[in-house]
Amino acid sequence: MQTPTLAASPAAAGAFVRQQLAETLPPPASTAGAIGWLRKNLFGSLSDAILTLLGITIIVYTVWSILDFTVIRAVATGINGDACRKPGAGACWPYVTSFWRLFVYGYYPPAEQWRANVVFALFIGLLIPLAIPSAPLKLLNVLLFLFGLPIAAGIILPGGWFGLVPVETQLWGGFLVTLIIAVTGIVASFPLGLLLALGRRSNMPAIRFLSVVYIEFWRGVPLITVLFLASNMLPLFLPVGWNVNQLVRALVGVTLFTAAYIAEIIRGGLQAIPRGQYEGAQALGLGYWRMMVLIIMPQAIKIVIPSLVSSFISLFKDTTLVQIVSIYDLLGTIQQSRNSPIWSAPTTSTTGYLVAALIFWTCCFSMSRYSQFIERRLNTGHRR
Amino acid sequence: MADTAFARETAVAAALPAVQMIGVNKWYGDFHVLKEINLEVAKGERIVICGPSGSGKSTMIRCINRLEYHQAGSIVVDGTELTSDLKRIDEVRSEVGMVFQHFNLFPHLTILQNCTLALIWVKKMARKEAEEIAMQYLKKVRIPEQAMKYPGQLSGGQQQRVAIARALCMNPKIMLFDEPTSALDPEMVKEVLDVMISLAESGMTMLCVSHEMGFARQVADRVIFMDAGQIIEQNVPAAFFSNPQHERTKLFLSQILH
Repeated sequence: MQTPTLAASPAAAGAFVRQQLAETLPPPASTAGAIGWLRKNLFGSLSDAILTLLGITIIVYTVWSILDFTVIRAVATGINGDACRKPGAGACWPYVTSFWRLFVYGYYPPAEQWRANVVFALFIGLLIPLAIPSAPLKLLNVLLFLFGLPIAAGIILPGGWFGLVPVETQLWGGFLVTLIIAVTGIVASFPLGLLLALGRRSNMPAIRFLSVVYIEFWRGVPLITVLFLASNMLPLFLPVGWNVNQLVRALVGVTLFTAAYIAEIIRGGLQAIPRGQYEGAQALGLGYWRMMVLIIMPQAIKIVIPSLVSSFISLFKDTTLVQIVSIYDLLGTIQQSRNSPIWSAPTTSTTGYLVAALIFWTCCFSMSRYSQFIERRLNTGHRR
Repeated sequence: MADTAFARETAVAAALPAVQMIGVNKWYGDFHVLKEINLEVAKGERIVICGPSGSGKSTMIRCINRLEYHQAGSIVVDGTELTSDLKRIDEVRSEVGMVFQHFNLFPHLTILQNCTLALIWVKKMARKEAEEIAMQYLKKVRIPEQAMKYPGQLSGGQQQRVAIARALCMNPKIMLFDEPTSALDPEMVKEVLDVMISLAESGMTMLCVSHEMGFARQVADRVIFMDAGQIIEQNVPAAFFSNPQHERTKLFLSQILH
């Protein structure tokens, strides 16, 4: 093959003009496809490569350790802790299977546990359509969830009506109690927090003062103190013969406590609403409550959804603190059972805590994902 | 005799001013924003208020629907005196439409919902009827096709036209405009002014704080010049622009007309 000549004119023959094409260079490293992506993002430089390998090592080690403990070395069956006590044994699953009713219902009598199941079913049956924005009959759904469900649970769980055997709240426990406290706390603290937020921004000095006192008081004391006071001190102040149920005290304590935080979060949202929105609403003749409910609150709450959900997640996890007033929630029942003589083994506690962690994580992660979904849905594009 | 008395009464009713401000004073702390404002606006009158920034012109028209309150003097809007009585204030507000510099549309509601909101919640109208009225006014401002969009999806000029439609939906007797074109890109000013001109031609009582002197020349019955919280000068547009009396007016006009 003939080399193409670049210099066409003979006059250029003596000049320093290249007569031949340069050697073709090898193609550059591929940046397309899986290999290219790996090379570009994970092994771009020496330090990148070291970090990548380190990361992979940590991930593999962690996943392997979990897999090793929960599956490979795990004890799958057994009627007591003997197998789990053997050296090198992993997760003690028969402990979980033998105690799962305790974890879910606490000491609720087994013959009556269907009642708790009915409440669970009602909760899920009302929650799912509530969470789907396009589901019909939203108003009815909300009313049933906010009022129907607590009333139904209040009749079914304690019993004593309609031929239902009474079940003392001391016997309630496990996930049932976790859910009762968390849902009541979230649902009841939200409207209270809303009112407090409005109160703190009110033009009326008395209302503003009371709101500030409330919020600063409850934010100033730890939840454990609140629960302790509710459980041990409250009876001292009540007249003789008066008694408030232990679980109700915890519910009230958690609600009042959370409301203060919700109030501050919502106040943050209110402060972010420009004055023009108030003026626009006022100029149309909307009064204070309509302006707040229709114009200001929807925007303020949308802004603070991430912080609100953080607060709800944190409340969900804080329900575990009710143990210290002898209410046994999910974590409490695990704490109680992990040292039972039949099952005690080096890995029993770890297994129990792993189960608790998984359940809590699932619930909290769902809340977090759902809030992100709602945020995207409510974004009407005005934050350009 | 009775006939003439009746005729006189109706004449009085017709002559009853839309807005009457007598000796109005307002302070922000120590700052005296409005000094002894006396202003009477007849029904159907179109007034353009101009003046340097900080002269109190916005504050003055915001007092008319009590977004700001005055500390001394009296303001009577369509026969209702503005006091701290909340019920009366809401009554006055539903009769006085207001358009703001920054539109103040509700970003979480669609254009249609922005327009129907007050009809449904203040005038207690059925949703369907409210939507018909809203669409009628959206057609008037020439953006019915945007009804289902959110304010954030519209241009500034379109948003301001929606704001005008929203105010008109309440069938107000008086319209207040607080620098309606100041926040707009230049090419959008005309579309908003066109809507305001056709509104003026329909006989609406209008008070506009504006520096659009072309608009003032074309539609205003009276131009008011304010400075330092006082009404310095007022006249019909032709005389106001060609023959200003006051030094400050002359200075102001020379600055904005060149």
